[in-house]
Amino acid sequence: MKLRTSIFAAAVLAVAAPAAMADLAIPWLSYRTGPYSPGGIPVADGFEDYLTLLNERDGGIGGETIRVVQCETGYNTQKGVECYESTKGEGSLVYSPLSTGITYQLIPRATADGIPVHSMGYGRTAAADGTIFSHVFNFPAHYWDGASIAVNHILDLNGGDISGKKIGLVYHNSAYGKEPIRTLQELSGKHGYEVMLVPVDHPGQEQKAQWLQIRRESPDYLLMWGWGVMNSVAITEAANIRFPMENFIGIWWSGSENDVLPVGERAHGYKALALHGVGADFPVMADMQTHVLDTGLAAGDGDQVGTVLYMRGLYGAMLITEAIRVAQEMHGVSDITPEMMRDGLENLVITEELMAERGLPGFGPSFAVSCENHGGPGIGWVQQWDAEAGEWSIVSDAIQSDKSVIDALIKEDSAAYAAENNIEPRCG
Amino acid sequence: MFYREAGDFRTSYTDDSQTFPITFDRYCYFAILAVAFLVIPFLINDYWANAVLVPLLVWSMAAIGLNILTGYCGQVSLGTGGFMAVGAYACYKLMTAFPDLSIVFCVLFGGVVTALVGVLFGLPSLRIKGFYLAVATLAAQFFLVWLFNKVPWFYNYSASGQINAPERTVFGIAVTGPNVEAWAKYLFCLCFVFVFAWGARNLTRGAVGRSWMAIRDMDIAAEIIGVDPLKAKLSAFAVSSFYIGMAGAMFFANYLGAVEVTEAFGINQSFLVLFMIIVGGLGSILGSFAGAAFLVLMPVLLKNLLAGWLGWDTSIATHFEFIIVGGLIVFMLIAEPHGMAQLWRIIKEKLRLWPFPHAN
Repeated sequence: MKLRTSIFAAAVLAVAAPAAMADLAIPWLSYRTGPYSPGGIPVADGFEDYLTLLNERDGGIGGETIRVVQCETGYNTQKGVECYESTKGEGSLVYSPLSTGITYQLIPRATADGIPVHSMGYGRTAAADGTIFSHVFNFPAHYWDGASIAVNHILDLNGGDISGKKIGLVYHNSAYGKEPIRTLQELSGKHGYEVMLVPVDHPGQEQKAQWLQIRRESPDYLLMWGWGVMNSVAITEAANIRFPMENFIGIWWSGSENDVLPVGERAHGYKALALHGVGADFPVMADMQTHVLDTGLAAGDGDQVGTVLYMRGLYGAMLITEAIRVAQEMHGVSDITPEMMRDGLENLVITEELMAERGLPGFGPSFAVSCENHGGPGIGWVQQWDAEAGEWSIVSDAIQSDKSVIDALIKEDSAAYAAENNIEPRCG
Repeated sequence: MFYREAGDFRTSYTDDSQTFPITFDRYCYFAILAVAFLVIPFLINDYWANAVLVPLLVWSMAAIGLNILTGYCGQVSLGTGGFMAVGAYACYKLMTAFPDLSIVFCVLFGGVVTALVGVLFGLPSLRIKGFYLAVATLAAQFFLVWLFNKVPWFYNYSASGQINAPERTVFGIAVTGPNVEAWAKYLFCLCFVFVFAWGARNLTRGAVGRSWMAIRDMDIAAEIIGVDPLKAKLSAFAVSSFYIGMAGAMFFANYLGAVEVTEAFGINQSFLVLFMIIVGGLGSILGSFAGAAFLVLMPVLLKNLLAGWLGWDTSIATHFEFIIVGGLIVFMLIAEPHGMAQLWRIIKEKLRLWPFPHAN
């Protein structure tokens, strides 16, 4: 008998958790793989490049270098949890999961561990209520702001009267896509329009049935809450049924180059909300060129520089680093803890002068975060795609969301969360 | 040397038909139990609980459930994700509707509700089998996920359709919710898995298990010798779904704490559990654990190895992880088509003779 030997390497899952070093650890839960990587890569690149810029140009923040702790989630919730657990021990200051699903996971966990979460323009909208969600921030604008800004834009186009109009919502059938529904329904009571819901299941590659329905019911306007490949497929299908592009408005996650370029000329006129300015024509990008791109330190392939999502990541990194400065000042130490970081985020004040000083004049709104309001001012713009020039341009003034409706909804949802989890409201 | 049976006398039928008839085997089993119950809870930290051990236990439970249906009764099912969703949503509705109800009963009732749903979707198995049944259960998968997405009652009308597990305690110690200690969460899952794995093992050795296996091996012959296919198939669906439902409830309440049906219980999960029992070994409780360990731990291990120790770029490490895990599955199936449980059986045979391979 011939003895067949199988050798099993007994692998030991030793997880080395290095002792927290004296630097500012900022975890980044990226997704450079999987079906949502076209969105995940540019945001990650922008985020990392800005932090590299600060390290290279200024030697970090307040003399402390910044260390980005990377973890790949693939937009998968379970991997996100694994990433959170494996990185939280490294002195991680603030989490930016870039996924609404993972944000929902982290809200209770991070709050219990005393680590803040900054879900910029995504995540759980009710987290804007700082009295209940002590460690979660979603400034400068959240999904319900987005829905309201889109409706306000449609109101502007129609001279303030949209009663009897039909507004469709094409959405990713997940927590993310469902977020605006309540707000749209609530606003429809106020403005008298009709809401039509069109869910698209993950990942959204196949949307023929949905667009058949849209063609049949022919809504006057269409909103879209999409991410990843779903966006470009939807815009293609809209072009196929000759839906007027200027009446098709995406959320800020559905308004990048990746979404319109595959559609070609037919995407001309497509609109999306803008969380911040468009283009890369800002002074900070000159420094970026000198200190990061020319020295070969760029994250990823360096081919995403200046795209909408790259600038989104850069903006997120900028807001976080400003909060670090605030925290350092408040507590008088440069090597801050997550709890100090939370204070920094809560006392963050962004002014026009500050934006100009950081080389991003007029890029984002000026606002102040407070104990009660973690959601920011709720200001956005509308950007439109010019297929010939191949660039986005802002086509509206700054639009303020309808806080009278949204604030009540937020109170209601956060109160439900507080009741489920026995949370006492804070802030005096 | 190991597994020596000389001097290992079995003097009664009870001794002879016990699960671990070899003394060495039995002591190993007790040693593993002792480590799991008495040592790990003192050493465990959040990372080990949330990223390694709790998912391992939850997936083992699901794999045992599917193994009962597919491995023991021969009914192919692709509805595991959907059934896990039933368990999770039933558990959630009970947790929020009756805040005073113990979480132990919530998980158990989650399993019971799933068992009923499972029997309902098992009815077609009386008429169809093989690939056709797989398609019918696939329909269950898509229907259930659609249902939990569509009907807001299931997620208590929350704005985003997410369900969140509130804090619940056992003997005053939190086992769900944000403030749960790693050891409490781990022990809670371990107790469930231990009790029900033990139950499953004995169930499959008894009359019910034999009737399942008779159906699996040849349903017409089984019917001729007096096995009622209706009872056998539906009981397999019920028991299997009960386990899968409890796995879903623990997946939601203990492991993740917040889930969204499309992502957490999608078709991917059905395939994952199916891969677990195929890689681990069809018709084996040990195989369910081995398969779950392989598919849950291997990616985590590789991630820590490639991205953590070797310091690779995280995206490259992830791509390699896919390649290596996929390659290992193929290798495993070529090297041992009957799964890791069979591999273990062979090793055991070798060890009995070692170091004299030519003894017989």
